[in-house]
Amino acid sequence: MEQKLKTDFDKFISTSNFSNQEIKLKKEALNNFLKNGFPSRKLENWKFSDINQIIQKNIGELAFYNDYNIENEINDDIFINDIEHNKIVIVNGKVERLSFEYEESDKINLSTLDNFNQNSNDDNSLLSLNNSFSNKIHNILVKKNYSFKKPLIIYQITNEKVSNTNINFQLNFELEENSSIKIINLSDDNSEKNFINNLFNFNLGKNSILKNYKIDKKSNTNIKYDYSSITQKENSISETFIFSSGSDYIKNEVNCNLEGQYSSAFINGIHLLSKNKHHEIRTKTNHLYENTKSYQLIKSVINDNSKSVYQGKIYVDSKAQKTDGYQLSKALLLNEQAEFNAKPELEIYADDVKCSHGSASGSLDDNSIFYLMSRGLDQKTAKELLINGFLLDVVEKITDEEIKKLIKKMIGLN
Amino acid sequence: MRDKQIEDLKDYKYGFSTDIESFKAPKGLNEEVIRFISNIKKEPDWLLQWRLKAFERLKVLKEPDWQKPKYPKIDYQDLYYYSAPKSFKEKPKNLEDLDPKLLETYKKLGIPLQEQKRLNGIAVDAVFDSVSVATTFKDTLTEKGIIFCSISEAIQKHPDLVRKYLGSVIPITDHFFATLNSAVFTDGSFVYIPPNVKCPMELSTYFRINASDTGQFERTLIIADKGSYVSYLEGCTAPMRDENQLHAANVELIALDDAEIKYSTVQNWYPGDKDGKGGIYNFVTKRGLCKGKNSKISWTQVETGSAITWKYPSCILKGDNSIGEFYSIAITNNHQKADTGTKMIHLGKNTKSKIISKGISAGKSDMTYRGLVDISKNAANSTNFTQCDSLLMGNKCGAHTVPYIKNKNSNSSIAHEATTSKISEDQLHYCQQRGLNQEEAVGLIVNGFCKEVLQQLPMEFAVEAQKLVGISLEGSVG
Repeated sequence: MEQKLKTDFDKFISTSNFSNQEIKLKKEALNNFLKNGFPSRKLENWKFSDINQIIQKNIGELAFYNDYNIENEINDDIFINDIEHNKIVIVNGKVERLSFEYEESDKINLSTLDNFNQNSNDDNSLLSLNNSFSNKIHNILVKKNYSFKKPLIIYQITNEKVSNTNINFQLNFELEENSSIKIINLSDDNSEKNFINNLFNFNLGKNSILKNYKIDKKSNTNIKYDYSSITQKENSISETFIFSSGSDYIKNEVNCNLEGQYSSAFINGIHLLSKNKHHEIRTKTNHLYENTKSYQLIKSVINDNSKSVYQGKIYVDSKAQKTDGYQLSKALLLNEQAEFNAKPELEIYADDVKCSHGSASGSLDDNSIFYLMSRGLDQKTAKELLINGFLLDVVEKITDEEIKKLIKKMIGLN
Repeated sequence: MRDKQIEDLKDYKYGFSTDIESFKAPKGLNEEVIRFISNIKKEPDWLLQWRLKAFERLKVLKEPDWQKPKYPKIDYQDLYYYSAPKSFKEKPKNLEDLDPKLLETYKKLGIPLQEQKRLNGIAVDAVFDSVSVATTFKDTLTEKGIIFCSISEAIQKHPDLVRKYLGSVIPITDHFFATLNSAVFTDGSFVYIPPNVKCPMELSTYFRINASDTGQFERTLIIADKGSYVSYLEGCTAPMRDENQLHAANVELIALDDAEIKYSTVQNWYPGDKDGKGGIYNFVTKRGLCKGKNSKISWTQVETGSAITWKYPSCILKGDNSIGEFYSIAITNNHQKADTGTKMIHLGKNTKSKIISKGISAGKSDMTYRGLVDISKNAANSTNFTQCDSLLMGNKCGAHTVPYIKNKNSNSSIAHEATTSKISEDQLHYCQQRGLNQEEAVGLIVNGFCKEVLQQLPMEFAVEAQKLVGISLEGSVG
């Protein structure tokens, strides 16, 4: 694999036009990845999902070179018609279209980054892999006091042109004071057996609001790793919603640093799994300042042979007095073969805090099914109703009414 | 070097029949030392082979390093693995020689003077002869067919039982410290309860003859045969001093059909001084196997001592309808560190487990609850309930919760909850208003916090443990 990485990297650099500085950083990142390789279960974070093994078993040999010079056609049929929205269209890891037609152009600034955040972290070599192979990183800056009028939908498309390939993609958002943005990140996969590695950076300034809804619905055989890093200043709010269902394997990781007073982070997620799917959500909320708040609610419905994993960690620094942290994970196991693993973790160094977590897993309650059946529903409908109710709990947490309606329609809950 | 050690051993071979008292195996961990230990204990050959097999395995094992409390590297070649009981000459002559702080604590706990002496290995005069007390108990036990002796004695007198069960719960292929223990264990307790016998009293190492100086590698084996019941107490509330820094004991419990074992521990070893110097490393492996149907194993622990406590008393619920319970209070103060919890492995059908853990950290200490609940595919209709609460005092200490939850059976349910908080000002104010001083108030509130666990302890133990909880936290508020 090492040789392949090196030759693909050279090919990638020679066919792109990066500055010397970028090439230097990319090389460093590559070396870091070469040193560590793909994470395996030996690392605590990957205990339940050994991505090294999963890639080897499902993909085998990976190609790392991805030709960003190919022009991809975009079929307008894929766009959502229900709501007016801004678009970023990404095909096979390449940004093909950026359109902010509903926004005032002087209030946002679009650029590409010369210097990227190294994010180097020995525990997570995938960030290094991303840094070394991702194309030019786009940065979206929302200026002071500006709120997006319409949501931004990021269409993340893969097409049949790629297979057995590693696609790395990175995007940056910067929210200045008092600004706000609503994002829907929609996966549309038409490819097979790729390893998709996404990295999103969000920098939230004072009083800013980020609403980020990630939807992975379309069934596909890709393996995905999606890392969101959120840094929050005073009084900022971040809301993350994850609907994870389509891909064969996904690990969604949200890392949230609450650096400013009164900042708060909400992360809610759904796993709706069938067949042989294996999905994981890992959240880490770092309370680094006084009076910060975080809330996580993760629900899993696990059918057939599938496996759901939740790892959540609340970290409270000794400075972060008056922290309020809450975490709840629940799982419904619908089949003998289904599996649920959880590791809800608290690491606390301040005494004046209110932190708790809960985790429960089991099957559908027989009494509830009986109750519904005694009122005339057949067993199948009764079960569906209960599952719907179970998941709606999470969807109802979405604070934007318009988007909530859209998402309910998309995932077929009402 | 090696040749010299062998030479030394040869000397011992000739020497030990004359003066066992002053014996020490040479420093270091090697095959000769293991042979020496086995030889001096007159062990049968199978046990020696067993030890050597463990030692072979130990050579390839690595010391684990995933735990939260880190400690300086232990040089295993720089330890003594066997030393015979000390003669009275080396022991302190009277109480005045002891640390006055220790004596103060005894006073608070209300421990009789003679008892204080015994705890510190001071020669006790003939008037107070605990041996005679113990003998009376021994008669009652023998009448019922209960075997309660040191494991060395059991190896001699009941080799079949020992051979059948030793290592059946903690195999020699287990983790580093457990395997180390298997290779070099020196002594410990052995209990066998015959079928359908309810042990008439709480068994305690306290009453075991020659219980002193079992050393740092203790091995305990408790077998409850069909339909029997036993409650076993380990340790005591009084602070224990010990020169050995590393303690790597192994405790194995086996419950057959319809049997129940209740194992209570109060651990109050030397935690080191206020600056965190010295203190015991308590790296103990405790595991219970509910082998038979309807069996039950219940662990209760009050951990207040040791510089580092690192242990997970676990239950393997193999028999159908078996039950595992874990009740724990862990208190850390000053520079103490604890990483403790339990594992509940559900293998049989209709198995139940319950975990109640209360952690209190004060001063500059650090406390971690780490636990595993694993319900396997075949463990239909199993349930687990876990509750772990932490209480923090001050912002220089840490409290962490790391539960691992694995559910592979759709008919089983797991519920887990954890909270972390501090003593509320309101509660303190209320108590102080009614005339308690701050320390008394904290003691009262903390005891309330721990009540669920304290209730599980045998009566006399519970009263002492309650006092201990208060004392352990002295100086942590205000």
